[in-house]
Amino acid sequence: MSRSNLVRAARALPLSGKVGLTLVSFWILAALVGPFLAPYSPGAFVSEEVFAGASSRFWFGSDFLGRDVLSRLLVGARLTVGLSAIAVTLAAATGTGLALTAAVGPRWLDELLSRAMDTLISIPSKIFALVLVAAFGSSVVLLTIIVSITYVPGNFRIARSLAVGLIKLDYVEVARARGEGRPHIALVEMLPNMIRPLFADIGLRFVFIVLLLSGLSFLGLGLQPPDADLGSLVRENVSGLGEGALAILVPAMAIASLTVGVNLLIDAATQGKGK
Amino acid sequence: MNPAPHVEVRNLSVTVRGSDGEPLRIVDDVSFDVARGEVLALIGESGSGKTTIALALMGYGRGGAAISGQIRVGEATLDGAAGTKLAAQRGRRIAYVAQSAAAAFNPSRRVIDQVIEPALIHHTASVAAARERAVELFRALGLPSPDTIGSRYPHELSGGQLQRLMAAMALITHPDLVIFDEPTTALDVTTQVGVLQAFRRVIRQQGATGVYVSHDLAVVAQMADNILVLNRGRVREHNKVGALLETPSDDYTRLLLAAAHPVVKAPPPIPAKPEPLLEIVGLSAGYGPVDRAGRPAHPVLSDVSLTIGRGAAVGVIGESGSGKSTVARVVAGLLGATAGTVSLSGTPLAPTVTGRTREQLRRVQIVFQNADVALNPAHSVGDILGRVLRFYHDLRGPAAQRRVAELLDLIRLPAAVAERRCDELSGGQKQRVNLARALAADPDIILCDEVTSALDTVVRGAILDLLADLRRDLGVAYLFISHDIATVKALCDEIVVLYKGTRVESGKRDGYDAPPFHPYTDLLIASVPELKPGWLADEAAQVAAPLAHLPEQTGLCRFLPRCPLAIIDRCDVAPPPLRKMSAGNVLLCHRSEAELTR
Repeated sequence: MSRSNLVRAARALPLSGKVGLTLVSFWILAALVGPFLAPYSPGAFVSEEVFAGASSRFWFGSDFLGRDVLSRLLVGARLTVGLSAIAVTLAAATGTGLALTAAVGPRWLDELLSRAMDTLISIPSKIFALVLVAAFGSSVVLLTIIVSITYVPGNFRIARSLAVGLIKLDYVEVARARGEGRPHIALVEMLPNMIRPLFADIGLRFVFIVLLLSGLSFLGLGLQPPDADLGSLVRENVSGLGEGALAILVPAMAIASLTVGVNLLIDAATQGKGK
Repeated sequence: MNPAPHVEVRNLSVTVRGSDGEPLRIVDDVSFDVARGEVLALIGESGSGKTTIALALMGYGRGGAAISGQIRVGEATLDGAAGTKLAAQRGRRIAYVAQSAAAAFNPSRRVIDQVIEPALIHHTASVAAARERAVELFRALGLPSPDTIGSRYPHELSGGQLQRLMAAMALITHPDLVIFDEPTTALDVTTQVGVLQAFRRVIRQQGATGVYVSHDLAVVAQMADNILVLNRGRVREHNKVGALLETPSDDYTRLLLAAAHPVVKAPPPIPAKPEPLLEIVGLSAGYGPVDRAGRPAHPVLSDVSLTIGRGAAVGVIGESGSGKSTVARVVAGLLGATAGTVSLSGTPLAPTVTGRTREQLRRVQIVFQNADVALNPAHSVGDILGRVLRFYHDLRGPAAQRRVAELLDLIRLPAAVAERRCDELSGGQKQRVNLARALAADPDIILCDEVTSALDTVVRGAILDLLADLRRDLGVAYLFISHDIATVKALCDEIVVLYKGTRVESGKRDGYDAPPFHPYTDLLIASVPELKPGWLADEAAQVAAPLAHLPEQTGLCRFLPRCPLAIIDRCDVAPPPLRKMSAGNVLLCHRSEAELTR
């Protein structure tokens, strides 16, 4: 039942949504199977020429050290998409969980959590990340944690405002009058009615996280060599910018198409659902 | 040969895209005329297309609905008109009075500026002339201090006053047609009378032509010259008011007429001397922080007592703000009382849900007015009922499914409904499921908070019958809260009248058939429109309240500022005593039985 529903929902999307869906599916697929399709090892120096153009051997040319751009892109896509997906899941689970706790919990807890989130949101995300990376050094785990912490407060605010609106509704009152505990009210009565707007929020935050991770990598504070995500691919090949090398254009366009695709899909999906 | 009618509608159809994408005709081939200076009423249940027709008269189709057919108002033809041409007619030739004036006014602008806006947009008058006309209309509509009321903001005015102001806004451009879309439905009955009087006076004075949309035949009988009965987008009957009420020719009209007076088919016998089930003694409650004396910042209930016997039905009536819903919330434990006790079978209940045992919670169930928000849209009917069964009775699996089917049978819905989500059900079906959820707990008492108020008259009758049957078959007691005395009288053995959180009268149902009443009960009963033309007096027949200038005071009769029978130097110095009438009613008044019977 759910599968045919999905197909029908996809068909009902406007053109922009279909474009978004195609782009997103492409990148998910690339993240899943990309590394197995890579023609060369991402770290191997395979071309004598640096910043080579497209050829039958190297579809997207070679980078500043003569490595295959396509192979590095396929591996980098997995890191970017994977890390962002993990970070956004962590951020949304924490944010929504805390928001529900605040909404059904006592008033002082709501105040405490809300003010804590206000504090966190007032710290600029890049500076926060820079300080932590400077203090603890860069690692994949740390990056994921930093990025998810950065996006918890935004999700918290959205989820809390949704929850506060729902908690006054009669069906929640009925559940309270029945004697239901707070976990039941939060998870069974309220959460299912928050899912749709929350998914729109999660999609947006995914885009932000891709950009933040790429930005950190571009600054050299993200993933460290030999690992490379899409952002670090742009940074390491920045010297090729002058000659318009594919090595910098392709990863930049990859980031653009991923984020634009997610945005298009969210816009279409949230508009299409109507009132 | 008759001259061409003032408003002419021919073969009007409105088509929308249904949920399955197929075109769905919600108004089907409707034709009617309205003569100049007359009022035509469109009447029907929700979904009958009455509001859609009213909006189509302005060339407006909600949600991209396609309008076909000919519409002519005065000299303007509206069919096919669009954009600026349509905008030139709206507010100028055709004006609209919406159901909720409170939501239709911009809260940040003075009302006078909003009332004269149509005249300024359409350049029909200068600012000064428009203001002058507005004041004239305010006077005609019976608004207090017509010269200065315009300088107030919407939040400073009552719902009834805003509704009148909206009529003034509609009439400011001398439109050819005024559309009234359920303009008094959201008002209390006591407010409704005055607004209806004002509307009718101003329609006559201005010679305006109107289309009056309503679901209430009794209201329409006072306002309209002709009635058009609609059902599922089709015309069922079109006739003069008197003829339609006396000799209806269509079955559906007869059904509507019959439903206007709710009568429970088989009212259960009043139990002789029932053992008390729920006792409320000296209850006070309110919202906001509680001060040192134990009074909340916004007191809602003060010293309310009532007793409900096993299997009995007690009605609580009052206007909005009377605290009637708060009684149910306190009994259900959703709001803690600041004073007084609620006991169940002699055991005092903890003030809120957290202090009560699951067994106590099971025995008292609450049902809310609006089934749209009372049922969780994310769950199926089976899940909603199943949760209650699991929670209170630990029923799971096939046993729970069987019980769900039994419950659905009890509320006369097919068992297949269990699979459906609530948003796929009609209003009446939702309200039945809402009741079934309470029944799933096997309660001793159900608190019904305005359960029939949001329903159409025909559906309301069916729900009342169901409630009466359940009471007879299951022996469940009701605390039935409503603003409609007719509904309460149909179902309940005993009625309590609340005014501003105080119990002003209580007694057996028969005691409310004839005076003596408390002056407030009298006002409530007299305000319910009757199904005959000419019921509504032209001028306010009520005697002005002699002590209207006094502010409301605690310790005195709360009804004093509105009471036509208030006695100077008695009612304004001492609290009213409890009097027992010979019919058994107990009421809170300084007047004696003889004086109240008069």
